Amino acid sequence: MNLALMVDVLPLLCEGMLLTAQLTLASVAIGLFIAVPLALLRTSPWPVFSHAIFLYTFLFRGTPLLVQLFLVYYGAGQVEWIRSSVAWSMLREPFWCALITFSLNNAAYTTEILRGGLRAVPSGEVEAAKALGMPYALRIRRIILPAGFRLALPAYANEVVLMLKASSLASTITLMELTGTARKIVAQTFSPYEVFISAALIYLGFTFVIVHLFGRLETRMAKHQKRAEPGNNSQLRARTAGIISASQKVAP
Amino acid sequence: MIDLQGFGDQIAVGAFTTLRTAFASLALGVCVGLCGALAKRSRMRIIRRLADCYTTIVRGVPELLIILILYFGGTVAMTTLFGHYVEVDAFAAGVFALTIVFGAYATEVFRAAIQAVPSGQIEAAQALGLSKFCMWRLVILPQMWRHALPGLGNLWLTLLKDTALISVVGLEDLMRKTSIAAGSTHDPLTFYSIAAGLYLFFTSISLVGLTWLERCAERGVRFAK
Repeated sequence: MNLALMVDVLPLLCEGMLLTAQLTLASVAIGLFIAVPLALLRTSPWPVFSHAIFLYTFLFRGTPLLVQLFLVYYGAGQVEWIRSSVAWSMLREPFWCALITFSLNNAAYTTEILRGGLRAVPSGEVEAAKALGMPYALRIRRIILPAGFRLALPAYANEVVLMLKASSLASTITLMELTGTARKIVAQTFSPYEVFISAALIYLGFTFVIVHLFGRLETRMAKHQKRAEPGNNSQLRARTAGIISASQKVAP
Repeated sequence: MIDLQGFGDQIAVGAFTTLRTAFASLALGVCVGLCGALAKRSRMRIIRRLADCYTTIVRGVPELLIILILYFGGTVAMTTLFGHYVEVDAFAAGVFALTIVFGAYATEVFRAAIQAVPSGQIEAAQALGLSKFCMWRLVILPQMWRHALPGLGNLWLTLLKDTALISVVGLEDLMRKTSIAAGSTHDPLTFYSIAAGLYLFFTSISLVGLTWLERCAERGVRFAK
């Protein structure tokens, strides 16, 4: 293990990290933007929409991301009408190919995750909203989406981490993100352990940041479910503390 | 068209390699996962810590990077070990890498599944004087299986798709054969679509199989209606 080399390659890897972060954040943002309406339509009572969207998620979740990436990167250039359209100036660039594929892939997974959350919204909450006379759009905006998203949050955090890891596939279409940079350095120095392990550590750090942020978001969104604090009333607090400790002595 | 410009049989061979890799990694990964779950429930703290480190690291690092580390790192390690250049077999390296990845996720699935077995069952087994091995074989494993199946099924689908990543280090699997065919015929759209269709076929078959397995495992279980 050559520690000096690990320190040397760190700035180069951090440059690659920037592209990885860009790809991940952009695909997650676009994916969520696509997934919210799709998830709503997927849970809607119209079978045409839910079947069509099921087909989309099935296709994207049933094939490897690498195949999708190659299909867009190598395959799109073969279609005449894409080549002659404006979109070709984007699809020529590996960055846009990766971004489009990742976003669509991420959207497919997020749609299914959100669907699970939306279906888990207690029917009593929806009925209460109906009883209050909320129209459909308001019900979606005020009740179903916030509650569904909160329920889907743990699974969604996993999906964001998976997206970070999936962004390493961009290195196979010549993008110099973190894995790509690491591979280039390994080809130059032929010391795979040091470089790849440094890259792995950076990914690990990024994963921890994501997990931590989502953990905080989760506690923030579940604030109303926490028991109310006794407030500044010290007498009351002392009394409740006494009751709690007394009950704990009896309970076990 | 079935001939696929002469690449039909090559792609079939590749698909077979993909399946072989996936099944080998599944079998080994389930063993690693069971050992990992046991380690996570161990009484010794150091073993628990080691298992925690293993799952945290593997689940936080991209699969592609793990494959690259094991393949290129393995080559360097073997070369220094034997004193001359050793080429690591792509199939062995691939199965090893996927086993490690699958094992880490399976550890968590099995741990949760073991916890779902009611403690009364284990106490009953102890009261009957079953040995530790018998308790695992007769009481815990058969009941844990049902709880582990949905999670394990998802992992299997992920594993099937992750085999495509090994093509990056040169395993002659479905993905690599397709790349070769796409490169030499200049027809990537057709060939990658065929590969996508084949993967979709495998995952669909797996889904049907998993539903059947789950139904088998749920025989005799009562659900509240």
